[in-house]
Amino acid sequence: MPNTRSASAEALDNLISKKVATLPPSGIRRFFGLLSSMEDVISLGIGEPDFVTPWHIREAGIYSLEKGYTMYTSNSGTPELRRELARYLELHYQVSYDPEHEILVTAGSSEGLDLVLRAIVNPGDEVIVPNPCYVAYPADVTLAGGKPILVPTNGKNSFVVRASDIEPRITKKTKAILVGYPANPTGAVMSRKEADAIAELSKKHDLLMISDEIYARLIYGVEHICFPSLPGMKKRTILISGFSKSHAMTGWRIGYVAADRRFIQALTKIHQYTLLCAPTMTQMAAIEALKNGEADVENMVQEYNRRRRFMVKRLSEIGLPCFDPKGAFFAFPSIEATGMNSEEFAEKLLLQERVAVVPGNAFGPSGEGFVRCCYATSLPNIEQALRRMDRFVKKSSRTSR
Amino acid sequence: MKEILRILEQDGRATAPQIAAMLDKPVSEVQKAIKQAEKDGIILKYKAIINWPKSGTEDVWALIEVRVTPQRDVGFDAIAERIYQFPEVYSAYLVSGTYDLSILVRGRTMQEIASFVAEKLAPLEQVQSVVTHFLLKRYKEYGETFHAPKETNRRLPVTP
Repeated sequence: MPNTRSASAEALDNLISKKVATLPPSGIRRFFGLLSSMEDVISLGIGEPDFVTPWHIREAGIYSLEKGYTMYTSNSGTPELRRELARYLELHYQVSYDPEHEILVTAGSSEGLDLVLRAIVNPGDEVIVPNPCYVAYPADVTLAGGKPILVPTNGKNSFVVRASDIEPRITKKTKAILVGYPANPTGAVMSRKEADAIAELSKKHDLLMISDEIYARLIYGVEHICFPSLPGMKKRTILISGFSKSHAMTGWRIGYVAADRRFIQALTKIHQYTLLCAPTMTQMAAIEALKNGEADVENMVQEYNRRRRFMVKRLSEIGLPCFDPKGAFFAFPSIEATGMNSEEFAEKLLLQERVAVVPGNAFGPSGEGFVRCCYATSLPNIEQALRRMDRFVKKSSRTSR
Repeated sequence: MKEILRILEQDGRATAPQIAAMLDKPVSEVQKAIKQAEKDGIILKYKAIINWPKSGTEDVWALIEVRVTPQRDVGFDAIAERIYQFPEVYSAYLVSGTYDLSILVRGRTMQEIASFVAEKLAPLEQVQSVVTHFLLKRYKEYGETFHAPKETNRRLPVTP
């Protein structure tokens, strides 16, 4: 027998790169263990649609398998899908991209975000990220070797980052501003005026805009501002989006990036070495979604809107004030009045009343004092969850008195 | 108004306060609209969709294609009414194509339906022919599926 030593746990730990070892795990997974051992939990903690992908889109995926489309596609995605994407972006946001050179199909917008950051960040570059924000933003900036600079937002400014809050944080190392509106976890949307100010700022300091517009279609009664459609912004904006939220296609992993051809070329380089191409069957389904999915999107938005109004109204009634979220499918009520911090609130609510919400601080320090409640669940579920939360808030305010 | 109806179509037991919250409208306005719709016959009735075979009840159902002769002045309406007045007739439609009326009939036994067809329906003067199809299985009715597995939780309990 050769003389082998079994490596100690510590030795194995040392083999993991420092960058990854020091990366904090997603706060959102914390409750996961606890939750899965409990029964009769109503979860408002889910970040995906409760709708199943519309049948005609699923059927298109099945059909592509039947026809034997099981091979790679071009790195940047099938020409038909890119053409449909260009048409879709022109139709909805009046911004035109050349399907040949300015669009890359990715495995979900998550891959898109990772590619973008890896393609643009040099070691030590700073990327401005409003906070609270989607859990992957700061993590992906760090993984790409950059430094996320968090800009706090709060209920007073409806969780929309102001140009005036960004400007003092711009340094020589600032490379880009990364925004995602409509926002996860807050449901905030950006008005044209607010977006214009940030666009001007990016021009003034020659910064790149990275705009994650995955929730663009889930918007209620206001207009969505598509960053590249703003005057002079197409060249300096990288648009990231996908089908997960608009067409209830999370599990398919399909998204896209649209930008100037130089950026797309750079992204494609990484994409071809890492993913090669987005799954073929999924691309076929996405074409169907773009061609014939408009009515589905409208129906889902209408349904979300009913639940949204219902949840926001009830949250205020039970003493958890919540600004009116005009996008995505989240409400982000303040829990300050309960005297608890976010994690305490979420944990006690789960244990005492079996309702799962996500503590706001999972989305960064500025999320403290809030919880994320997702209304992408049936109305009876929302109703029941809010009854339980009502009981919980009443009980805890009694005991704290 | 249309949105109120759509909500009620999905869930006939949705209350006015619930609907009002969903639509961000005053409860009184929603109540009034529902009352009016009931009065105008826009909302005909609130019923349950029942999966009878599951309850152990073995009713027999048949879809019957009926060819009829339309009558002067009243077209198909008079004969349609004569037919749909029978309590055995669950639903009745005038359709285009190779026959005129499509009716759904319910009985306790096959014999009961056979007698209805032979003794009541076919002998009507305007009825030219009938083709009876007994229902073997129901898959979907009023937009609800009968055999779909009970909503399994496909989603993880917490996701970003």
